[in-house]
Amino acid sequence: MAQTIRLHVDGKAQTVHADPEMPLLYALRDDLGMENPRFGCGLAQCGACTVLVDGKAMRSCVTPVAEVEGREITTLAGLGTPQHPHPLQKAFVEEEAMQCGYCLNGWIMTAAALLRREKSPTREQIKNALNGLVCRCGAHVAILRAVERAAKEMSA
Amino acid sequence: MSITRAEFLAGSAALAVVALPQGGTRSFAMAADARTTTLGNWIRMLPDGTVEVFTDKVEVGMGVATGLGQFVADELDVPFSRIKMILGDTDLTVPAGGVGGSNSTFQGNFALRNAAAEMRRILVTEASARLGIPVERLTVTEGVIHPIGDTSKAIPYTDVLAALFPSPAFPLKGEGFATTIEVPAKPKDFTQYKLAGSSIPRLDAPGKAYGRYPYVVDVKVPGMLHGRMIYPPSIGAHVRSVDLSSIRGIGDARVVRIKDFVGVVASREWDAVRAARALKVTWSGPSTGLPPMEKLADYMWAQQPFKKTAASAGDVDAALDSDVVEARYFWPFQSHANMDPGCTVVDVRPGSVVVWSGTQKTHALRQGIARLLGVPLEEVRVLWVSDAGSYGRGGLEESAAAAAYLSRAVGRPVRVQSMRPDNTQWGNKAPAIVAHLRGKVRNGSIVAFDSLLRQFNGNEIFSQPSAPGTFIAAQLAGVPNDGGTFEFGIYGANSAKYEIPNVRATAELIPPFAPSGSPMRTAHLRDPEGPGTTFIIESFIDELAAHAQADPVAFRLKHLKEQRHIDAITAAAKAANWETRPSATARRTNAKGELLGRGIAFATRGPTIIATIAEVAVDPKTGKVRVPRIVVAQDCGFIVNPKALQGTIEANVIQSLSRSLFEEVTFDEHTVTSKDWRTYPVARMRDVPDEVKVVMINRPSIRPGGAGEPTSRTTAAAIGNAIYDATGARVRTAPFTPKNVLAAMTAQSRT
Repeated sequence: MAQTIRLHVDGKAQTVHADPEMPLLYALRDDLGMENPRFGCGLAQCGACTVLVDGKAMRSCVTPVAEVEGREITTLAGLGTPQHPHPLQKAFVEEEAMQCGYCLNGWIMTAAALLRREKSPTREQIKNALNGLVCRCGAHVAILRAVERAAKEMSA
Repeated sequence: MSITRAEFLAGSAALAVVALPQGGTRSFAMAADARTTTLGNWIRMLPDGTVEVFTDKVEVGMGVATGLGQFVADELDVPFSRIKMILGDTDLTVPAGGVGGSNSTFQGNFALRNAAAEMRRILVTEASARLGIPVERLTVTEGVIHPIGDTSKAIPYTDVLAALFPSPAFPLKGEGFATTIEVPAKPKDFTQYKLAGSSIPRLDAPGKAYGRYPYVVDVKVPGMLHGRMIYPPSIGAHVRSVDLSSIRGIGDARVVRIKDFVGVVASREWDAVRAARALKVTWSGPSTGLPPMEKLADYMWAQQPFKKTAASAGDVDAALDSDVVEARYFWPFQSHANMDPGCTVVDVRPGSVVVWSGTQKTHALRQGIARLLGVPLEEVRVLWVSDAGSYGRGGLEESAAAAAYLSRAVGRPVRVQSMRPDNTQWGNKAPAIVAHLRGKVRNGSIVAFDSLLRQFNGNEIFSQPSAPGTFIAAQLAGVPNDGGTFEFGIYGANSAKYEIPNVRATAELIPPFAPSGSPMRTAHLRDPEGPGTTFIIESFIDELAAHAQADPVAFRLKHLKEQRHIDAITAAAKAANWETRPSATARRTNAKGELLGRGIAFATRGPTIIATIAEVAVDPKTGKVRVPRIVVAQDCGFIVNPKALQGTIEANVIQSLSRSLFEEVTFDEHTVTSKDWRTYPVARMRDVPDEVKVVMINRPSIRPGGAGEPTSRTTAAAIGNAIYDATGARVRTAPFTPKNVLAAMTAQSRT
């Protein structure tokens, strides 16, 4: 049965009326019009749907919407804007760290969660933190450069 | 999709999506079979100086739109910021083959450079008349026409735009990718360019990083329903019955069925997902069995080829008299496994069909959908919106046919978002290849090279989505595949030509497992047949080098004459600090006990030349291969945008490394069992080399040769040759999984 669920997304209070078992991804995309978390597999295997929930990277494609009621959800658009960019976004633009960019949301959001808990990660820590993501185009080399660049800027 | 998003993206396809739904600008549309275009079909200048460029070359993520814009800005001498690229709207762009075959920069630049040069010529001629100064004494700076060395008498382009009307007509020359126009003006030489040749920031990068770049999955149309397809459990299964009561209570979900095509639609996406899962369909048993997967190579050798070609020079049979080196190779079926499983929105109405798609080939899709629905071509409009990387004809277009069927059935726009298995399991596949090679070296030179490559057709599903039977949804609905063509992985056509006196290259095609409705049907995957055939040929060249006890770099150089070929190999070897010696002559290990080796592979693809050197570390106990370093030297002629090219090459390296080490479509006796990222693993961050070094050889006097695919070609062979150097074992079965590597090492230790 559908129920009313209160969500807190990118600093705004929102309400959706939905099946509580519905994955958060559909609430964000279809009910709230947030387009950055993307459907890639629906199986928590690729990370294209990643959002931050209370600062931690979560796969919205398998997270029931009711489970995150009242928690702080951040999407890529909420991470920063061209006027006030997150260092990761700046670095990804500067390094052109993408090909098609469909998966990019997952990389930036997962890296953002990493840089919250680890100010100066080693390359190995970065690789481990991002190993659960898929980029089918193979932009990994540029992505690695971008994350290292952002980490450097943030710890400077 | 909101308006602010479109405003932010003014200049990209987003504006077209928002501002031009339902064919509102039909007045610009050309007849679909028109062989004459006006200058305005290619390029326009607005009163504010904005230059609109119209092309069916869409942005699949390598920076093509930026590169083509650089050419136009350079021809016109306007700032790059004035360029607005309009991509892939079938009403607004001239059909020129769309994207494919690494052609967008290679051939796509001609029409746009000519069009821009002609626009400049017309505007400067008009200014010349007004100023009373001959054209030869005028120049253009930042969109302002003025006498050379004198800016006191200046006329901006925007003051003479009336000279562009009526827009002059030019007949189209060439077909497909080669489509262009010939104009009175002569475009500049590549050496005269200032913007083209520099790393102008990619137009698509900021939108992607800030989450403001439009993708087709974001398209929302008023009244739109969500659709999903239900696929058969095995090849050849037919629908016996559909239990409509099984989805009762799931929102407003309903079923659409055309023979074995089964789909669901619902107002809410989640309801469509749930309904597709819950729908109880009773299928007949399988009618087609697949051979045991581990016996696929044997199966392929046992088949009767239905098509065969051979090319030869010299007398191979006579030359292969004694001391013949002989080997058999295998390359697996692989999947596009697009990041987005595929999404299309189709709005079928009486007299008008609009398709929002991320296809590489919008004009071909327009034909395909028109024929699928049986409506005149003129009634169909395809609007390109970015999607995940397509890499050829994978699974992205399948949702277009499904959405068209569903929209026609329910009379509403329908968005079909394919689920993961719809793509990985049911998308088109790249064909498996087996090969039998024989060769002979005498006095350090190859005197005979005999290759027999046998494969499933790589173009069973035509690369152009122009025939309805090429869509799986249509096949299940009973439409025969009449679009496929045949092709062959022929050494010589597909790879570098070494100077060898006696050569025979034979290629054979074997029939598909099933004529229709099969998840094992084959189509183009990035650099069709290139990675597989180059793996086979360049590994065997390496075998001959080892047989001759020659260094693999020196051995290749000895058989090459063209300077650009020699330069590419030399540049790669230099950048990699190549150690000159025959391979596998001594055991080298690191502190972890891994065996270390290096290998090279060389190829050409069209006019582009690639040499790749890989360094590997092989765990002798598990057979696990790491690739700590890859060095690529690539010569694709004039480099339009070095930074975008580097990104493209690096990504090609990682994708092809993934295909080399991990990727193989698995199947049981009834269907494909690779369904998702667990059952079809690809390279992850920890598999990425510590270093990927790219040497870009720039040739400003040589036209761009294309870079979308070539680097894919050499990676597998370079890694395989490095594994040989490390272990002394030749891995002739790809991918280089621990199992295949250990098997080769075990076989080696027995000899």
